[in-house]
Amino acid sequence: MTCTAGISVQGLSKAFNGTTILNGIDLTIAPGERIVIIGPSGTGKSTLLRCLNFLDRPEAGTIRVGDLSVDAAHASKTDILALRRRTSFVFQNYALFANKTAKQNIMEALVVVKKMPQAEAERRALAILGEIGLSDKADAYPASLSGGQQQRVGIGRAMALEAELMLFDEPTSALDPEWVGEVLELMRRVAAQHQTMLIVTHEMQFAREIADKVIFMEGGRIVEQGPPSQIFDAPQDPRTREFLRRLG
Amino acid sequence: MPGLDTQYMLDLLPVLLKNLPLTLFMAFVGMGFALILASLLAIVRIVRLPVADQMVVVFISFFRGTPLLVQLFLFYYGLPQVMSFLTAIDGVTATIMGLTLHFSAYMAESIRAAIVGVDRSQWEAAESIGMTRSQMMRRIILPQAGRIAAPTLVNYFIDMIKSTSLAFTLGVTEMMGAAQKEAAGSFRYFEAFLDVALIYWVIVEILSFLQRRLEARLNKAFAR
Ligand SMILES: Nc1ncnc2c1ncn2[C@@H]1O[C@H](COP(=O)(O)OP(=O)(O)OP(=O)(O)O)[C@@H](O)[C@H]1O
Ligand SMILES: [Mg+2]
Repeated sequence: MTCTAGISVQGLSKAFNGTTILNGIDLTIAPGERIVIIGPSGTGKSTLLRCLNFLDRPEAGTIRVGDLSVDAAHASKTDILALRRRTSFVFQNYALFANKTAKQNIMEALVVVKKMPQAEAERRALAILGEIGLSDKADAYPASLSGGQQQRVGIGRAMALEAELMLFDEPTSALDPEWVGEVLELMRRVAAQHQTMLIVTHEMQFAREIADKVIFMEGGRIVEQGPPSQIFDAPQDPRTREFLRRLG
Repeated sequence: MPGLDTQYMLDLLPVLLKNLPLTLFMAFVGMGFALILASLLAIVRIVRLPVADQMVVVFISFFRGTPLLVQLFLFYYGLPQVMSFLTAIDGVTATIMGLTLHFSAYMAESIRAAIVGVDRSQWEAAESIGMTRSQMMRRIILPQAGRIAAPTLVNYFIDMIKSTSLAFTLGVTEMMGAAQKEAAGSFRYFEAFLDVALIYWVIVEILSFLQRRLEARLNKAFAR
């Protein structure tokens, strides 16, 4: 195969203290594709996303993003930095830099990682602040923002990287219900820009609406995957059925 | 108060204060070097740099476990004996060296604790956007750790200013040395040393005031 667009993951495995958490995950993501991962708690959904960004170090497997291919078992520092620059991460708890304003949070990746000149980075950051609807909060520190605003900045910071793959780990789970809508709305807008997205969420309605493909994970494996209509309306595997039944 | 010559005390004040710049010089230079050294020691401990980590542990243990006065004597009188190129070391240099090493051992521990105290999410967020370790430390972790450690570091600075008085034992004429000399001529030891005590007290009170202001500012920082 000579195709280098898109993302592929092969045999990704991860254990914590001898307990296998990810058990040989295989995954192919086409450019612009939006994939939602669902599954019970403790199943390894976060771990999968964190391994793709090397926040957790997988023991085995290959991760290919575009023309960059990283062998997890032998990943060098350079590999890891290169992979992180091609995958951006949106955290459940926002994890904004507490000592930086909203604008600086977004500029950080541009100036430090992409080596963009200060003035250009500032223009770009202000444009992103416009897109996330927070132009008036450019100079506010995270502590003074609402949860929804913080998570929008979190998404803006990830957008700044212009990564080939954006990873979202339950971006709305820590939010008060009143802020969930605005964050999902922003994610829809990101999707509309043909951004490739891998999203872990418990928002099933949103998953059905945004996903090209839904993956059901359990026990560190992919149990079933398919278009939302299949997974939600006609799940094949009994474990998927059981999980969806218990959600009600 | 019978026997207390207040006029003498007043006349002596300006004489002693002439030596205040030297006291402050030793304290500020010592503090500057100690901050740099302590940060390096703390980072070595945090990344568990092999071998260096063990050496730092011994270093910290020694400089916390022995009196500053003994350390100063070791540098001033002892070192030139074993390292001949140090024959020219003067009392001020030896004092600054001693203060730097002694206080960096204490400060390294509070800087280390402050760095470790920065929330894990901050480290992960920095990693996730592809920062290198040193970018992450300089731009995200150390500024936040600085806020956590600042009040404690000011305490060490206050302690360091008072400790400069030990330089007198190395023949340095700072405030304490000057008071000793004056008193040796006038036999007014009580007045002379009371003057010195009052000067230190005022300096420390000023610093404590600034420290409270600093803490108030730090507490509301990042919250605009
Ligand atoms: N750093 C770690 N050290 C040890 N065990 C861990 C660590 N991180 C995760 N685990 C374990 O790995 C398993 C999978 O965790 P993970 O967070 O990936 O699950 P999840 O599918 O995201 O669950 P949830 O829906 O609750 O977020 C859990 O049993 C968890 O306890
Ligand atoms: Mg999770």
